[in-house]
Amino acid sequence: MLPILEVKDLCMDFGGLRALDHINLEVFSDQIVALIGPNGAGKTTFFNCVTGIYEPTHGDILVLSRDDGQRKRINGLKPNKITELGLARTFQNIRLFPNMTVLENVMIGRHTRTRSWIFGALFRDKKTVQEEQETVEVSYNILKKLQLEKYVNEIASNLPYGAQRRLEIARALAAEPSLLLLDEPAAGMNPKETKQLEELILQIKEQERVSILLIEHDMKLVMNISEMVYVVEYGRLLAKGSPREIKEDERVIKAYLGEDHDA
Amino acid sequence: MKGFIRSLQVALWFMFLTFPIMVIKVDIVEKTVQWRWMNLVYVGIGSFVLSFVWRFLMEKKNKGIKAREESRDEKLSFIQKILTEPRYNRPLFLGLLLFVLVFPWMFSTYQTNIMISALLYVVLGLGLNIVVGLAGLLDLGYVAFYAVGAYAYALLNYHFHLGFWTVLPIGGLLAAIFGILLGIPVLRLRGDYLAIVTLGFGEIIRLVLENWDEFSFGPSGISNIPRPGFFGLHLTVEQATIYIYYLVVIMSLITIFVVNRLQNSRLGRAWLALREDEIACEAMGIDRMKTKLAAFALGATWAGFAGVIFAAKTTFINPASFTFMESAIILSIVVLGGMGSIPGVILAAFLMILLPEYLRAFSQYRMLLFGASMVLVMVFRPQGLIPNVRRKYLYGQKQGVR
Ligand SMILES: Nc1ncnc2c1ncn2[C@@H]1O[C@H](COP(=O)(O)OP(=O)(O)O)[C@@H](O)[C@H]1O
Ligand SMILES: [Mg+2]
Repeated sequence: MLPILEVKDLCMDFGGLRALDHINLEVFSDQIVALIGPNGAGKTTFFNCVTGIYEPTHGDILVLSRDDGQRKRINGLKPNKITELGLARTFQNIRLFPNMTVLENVMIGRHTRTRSWIFGALFRDKKTVQEEQETVEVSYNILKKLQLEKYVNEIASNLPYGAQRRLEIARALAAEPSLLLLDEPAAGMNPKETKQLEELILQIKEQERVSILLIEHDMKLVMNISEMVYVVEYGRLLAKGSPREIKEDERVIKAYLGEDHDA
Repeated sequence: MKGFIRSLQVALWFMFLTFPIMVIKVDIVEKTVQWRWMNLVYVGIGSFVLSFVWRFLMEKKNKGIKAREESRDEKLSFIQKILTEPRYNRPLFLGLLLFVLVFPWMFSTYQTNIMISALLYVVLGLGLNIVVGLAGLLDLGYVAFYAVGAYAYALLNYHFHLGFWTVLPIGGLLAAIFGILLGIPVLRLRGDYLAIVTLGFGEIIRLVLENWDEFSFGPSGISNIPRPGFFGLHLTVEQATIYIYYLVVIMSLITIFVVNRLQNSRLGRAWLALREDEIACEAMGIDRMKTKLAAFALGATWAGFAGVIFAAKTTFINPASFTFMESAIILSIVVLGGMGSIPGVILAAFLMILLPEYLRAFSQYRMLLFGASMVLVMVFRPQGLIPNVRRKYLYGQKQGVR
């Protein structure tokens, strides 16, 4: 079985700063993989490289295409092309479309799954009408899954913080990705909300058959749901293993867990 | 009371500042100095009242913001309610349409001509609304596409005797091509950089038209452009004006229809998303380049159409009709009306074109009033006169698109 995402020797330099230093990582289908590490370790930079926002300085990023199952090297590909291949992400600092409604936000997520363009917009042919109807229905159902249906027609920026985080996940799911990348989804949530999120992520994984790559600081969440944990520090891979192995790893405890988390 | 004292201070300060120009008048011929103390009083009272009103409005505005933050859900304004509820908007629209249709029979040719201008600006405003209001691309050179349309008709008619109806689609198409040509190099730019480059583009087109005599006949322009033909009949000037009037009405209706459809489509949503957050937009799989180019091209098309009609209406064009001032007016229409709001843009187009016409008495102060009203709107109604209302979708048993 080929991994959905395989990253080999990935390096990313910002001027003189090496933010990522020969990172290797794999995500297989139906897996939840976590990426942890102290602030500034390079986790978000890793996401940005994988989703095409940055072009990595060195290394290979290989992705199994969602549609034809072919393996493609995606270094330097535009973000929208990468999304078309089946990767969808959320952002650490929420990036919704603030003045659009909740439903519209999710509908935007359907972009790669729909086709209509100028002609369809002007003439509203049968195919376009059908597509629009389907977009609304699918988006609404996703909102339901994420318990956001009561906000459908609200302006996104009016939502409470936790709901905004879930809306980002909903929007990403609308693209029907094979790999979902979540950047600190529990940031700013209270323990109760975090617990709900945990269930939600597991439920999404089961129902949507999507693999998940997760950046998260909440150790309980990470250890509960991930099958594989990667620890980065100063852009370097410090350790890799099952949650149990990571918890017992001397280097990890020293570098990261020991300080302020006693998970 | 505090506000009163502040306003008094402002008034005194203004009296002091304007003292040299408003009060002292030196007569060089008779070598005397006039002291116009009355002016000082006017300035004092005027600035006091203005400052007081300003303060009052500001307070009201701040209260409004607080109230809105507390209640959380956005309240539709009275106008928006009327416009969105079919019960109210149907009769309103019908009434308006009826008025527009009988207009040329009730008013003089002169009035009809003014209406034609206003409606042309509706088309231009709605066209630019695609680029600025929906896609959020600040385009300060929109008038260039208007010029392309106008010169397309004038030149194609001059050289090849092509008629109005033949050139109308050509003009739109040419403008669209120019839109793409401008779009390609500036796609990477954002915000103010984009504004400056498009401004330059507009000026380049104008300068080319002004200086390339062999091509465009320079500043003297092109005259004797035929009015649109009507099944080969010969029309008097009055009849032709009425004919063009209806043509522009139909054009406006088509524009409204098209922009409305675009707005509520996959493409329209992509534009809005692009305006809101480019990075998130790309991460959701939207091709930034393609989407922006579509906005530039579709926006320019309407300017092209409007340009052809403009040339046919005035029968004479020269580069002076296509200065930056035009771009600024069209942009003001979009901003004043409310970015992305069709009724807003229509209302603003009428205000911007009709008010100056009927306030000729104030013509000296036109620019001043223009600037002041822009500032006022931006401070007190930053969303525009009729802010855009996001579309609501219905579900339930009858799931799907309304
Ligand atoms: N666009 C950028 N330009 C320069 N330096 C950057 C940029 N993005 C991230 N960095 C640097 O890379 C390092 C890793 O940052 P980041 O990936 O955001 O960390 P994390 O998400 O693990 O907290 C930091 O030192 C940060 O300052
Ligand atoms: Mg980060």
